[in-house]
Amino acid sequence: MRTRPAARVAQYTALLAYLVFLLLPFLWLLSVAFKPPRELGSLHPTWIPKDPTLANFRQAFDEQPLLHAAFTSLLAASSAAVIAVALATPMAYVMARRRTRLARAASGWVVVSQAFPFVLVIIPLFLVLKKLRLIDSVPGLVTVYVVWSLPFALWMLVGHVRTVPVELEEAAAIDGAGRLRTLVSVTAPLLAPGIVATALFAFVTAWNEFFFALVLLKTPEKQTLPVVLTHFIGAEGAADLGPLAAAAFLATLPSLAVFALIQRRITGGRLAGAVKS
Amino acid sequence: MRARLLALVVLLLLAGCSSGSGPGDGPVTLRFQSLAWQEESVTAVRELVAQWNATHADVKVEYVQGGWDSVHDQLLTSFEGGEAPDIIHDASDDLADFAYGGYLADLTDLLPAGLKSDIPRRSWETTTFGGRVYGVPFLQEPRVLVANATWLRRSGVRIPTPGHPWSWPEFRQITRRLSGDGKYGVAWPLKEPVSATLNLSLSAGGRLFHRDADGDVTVRFEAGDAVVPRTVHDQIGADRSASPTTLGSGGSDILPGFFGGRYAMVPLGFSYRQQIVQQAPEGFRWHVLPAPAGADGPAQGVSPQTLSVAADSRHKKAAVAFLAFLLRPENMVRLALGDWMLPTGTQALADPALHTAKDDWAVGTALAAYLRPAPAQSVRGYPEWKDKVATPAFQEYYSGAIGLDELRERLEKDGNLVLARYQR
Repeated sequence: MRTRPAARVAQYTALLAYLVFLLLPFLWLLSVAFKPPRELGSLHPTWIPKDPTLANFRQAFDEQPLLHAAFTSLLAASSAAVIAVALATPMAYVMARRRTRLARAASGWVVVSQAFPFVLVIIPLFLVLKKLRLIDSVPGLVTVYVVWSLPFALWMLVGHVRTVPVELEEAAAIDGAGRLRTLVSVTAPLLAPGIVATALFAFVTAWNEFFFALVLLKTPEKQTLPVVLTHFIGAEGAADLGPLAAAAFLATLPSLAVFALIQRRITGGRLAGAVKS
Repeated sequence: MRARLLALVVLLLLAGCSSGSGPGDGPVTLRFQSLAWQEESVTAVRELVAQWNATHADVKVEYVQGGWDSVHDQLLTSFEGGEAPDIIHDASDDLADFAYGGYLADLTDLLPAGLKSDIPRRSWETTTFGGRVYGVPFLQEPRVLVANATWLRRSGVRIPTPGHPWSWPEFRQITRRLSGDGKYGVAWPLKEPVSATLNLSLSAGGRLFHRDADGDVTVRFEAGDAVVPRTVHDQIGADRSASPTTLGSGGSDILPGFFGGRYAMVPLGFSYRQQIVQQAPEGFRWHVLPAPAGADGPAQGVSPQTLSVAADSRHKKAAVAFLAFLLRPENMVRLALGDWMLPTGTQALADPALHTAKDDWAVGTALAAYLRPAPAQSVRGYPEWKDKVATPAFQEYYSGAIGLDELRERLEKDGNLVLARYQR
């Protein structure tokens, strides 16, 4: 069925509006990052800095260990994403394929676990990690991120596993493939987009996370980027806006880079026509 | 089951990787969490820490950067987990619950006599809970009026001085005179309306929190408490001499309008001068004026920045020795200049660097004698009262949604219910 021209125009207009809505804060951040202090105080701000400067970036790097913090964030976020996906994928497969009471209970746990706010769990969590000697350690933070993102990762992957027709696995079995071979050669490639999307979700969640990192990491050299960014903010909301924007702009780049690198793997349509409905 | 085992294995592996840190035989190491955030103040604190470390081989201080935005939650968790920094930078209005909770060391007998006598009693009151001192107040700032000097001179109004400030009615009259053609005499940045209102209300005799003989606190909104809120309310609603759009703004947000000639005056903390110096357009002339005065003169409440020692610290004496070094008069001056604030110490306050006409340091210094402990000081349950009762009530009153009677009723009736829970 062909889309009518009017509907198409409406669709593209809505898409464009959505893109503008998403892009505006980022563009504003970019603009502020390159503005000198006097332009920040202007009543009629311009999108393009009249007198662009790198001073904000210089100040941000001089005042705070941004590169070191970015490395810690990258380490924590990528470790959390890899471990969360490694744990969630087999669990999701079992939950999707075996409709047992345990699988249903696990689904319930996933939903319930999302209901607890940070503040409720932070003190008990702190004490548990302290007993395990995981306070002030990046592995401790990674553990928390894995546990925190696991339920949602699991929930996402269960949905993806369910979209892979079981008939394909049965066909592979008829052709003589063993369980492992079927999983590796048939199911895993079809699950790849879901796994990539889930990893991306876990990565971005951990990359942006602030409160756990603030509370769990004590040593300045171990602080993550979101924690370091708050050092540009003073009492009663006063902020060193230029360096803050410069640092925040740099902080968004790795997320964008990771997304750009792996987004082409998030493709649909691989299963089209796989089975006769 | 397999997944659980796998999770356990990962946890154990990670535990194995973690870097354990135990007490060693070397020099004592103190963790000092500083909230300094402006470029100059961060540099000043870091230099002082380096100076200490260079001269004290047996006690090393590790500088840890904290953030104002999250300090309460972060400290609370650290205290509960026994992992708090040894030396803690905070503000006096955040200390009450930590002090009563037993998380902070009693410094009463640990502080050197010189430091004790150098800081006035009214400043010590901000960190004294139940007769014990839980922190050293070291920096404070009055709320002042930052004015467009050209605009005020052209209008011909009397320019107030610390010795002869405007009264609240005079201030209202002047802002009316300065307004018109879409311009306003004043813009109140009232994103945080409670502390601003309560602290300024001291000038009109407002106390709001009344403590009885048993030490229990009750909220009573009396005539003196109504002067400042009514002035602001009438400037916005009746006179149209205060911008209604800045009520939800922070101090930094209203500066572009101030520089752009939309507002003649902006009430801000004294330290905002740093941002003004950085951001004001070429040729823009500004002055610091004292806040209006009431029946009690130009008095106003402040919650100084403080330095405390954690109750769990194993090296309290060493921590206090570092505090005494950091707060030597010459160092206090450096910290004050770095943060664009006033030191509490009388020797530091007398330093000529803080009495210059440049950036109107002298105006602020002259106001130091009128600064009093904020009314909310030491009131248990104040943060909850502020967030759940007072902030929405003041915001609605200033925007004209409710009247003075309803404001009074909500502050007293709802407010006392909140405070009562903390005083059982």
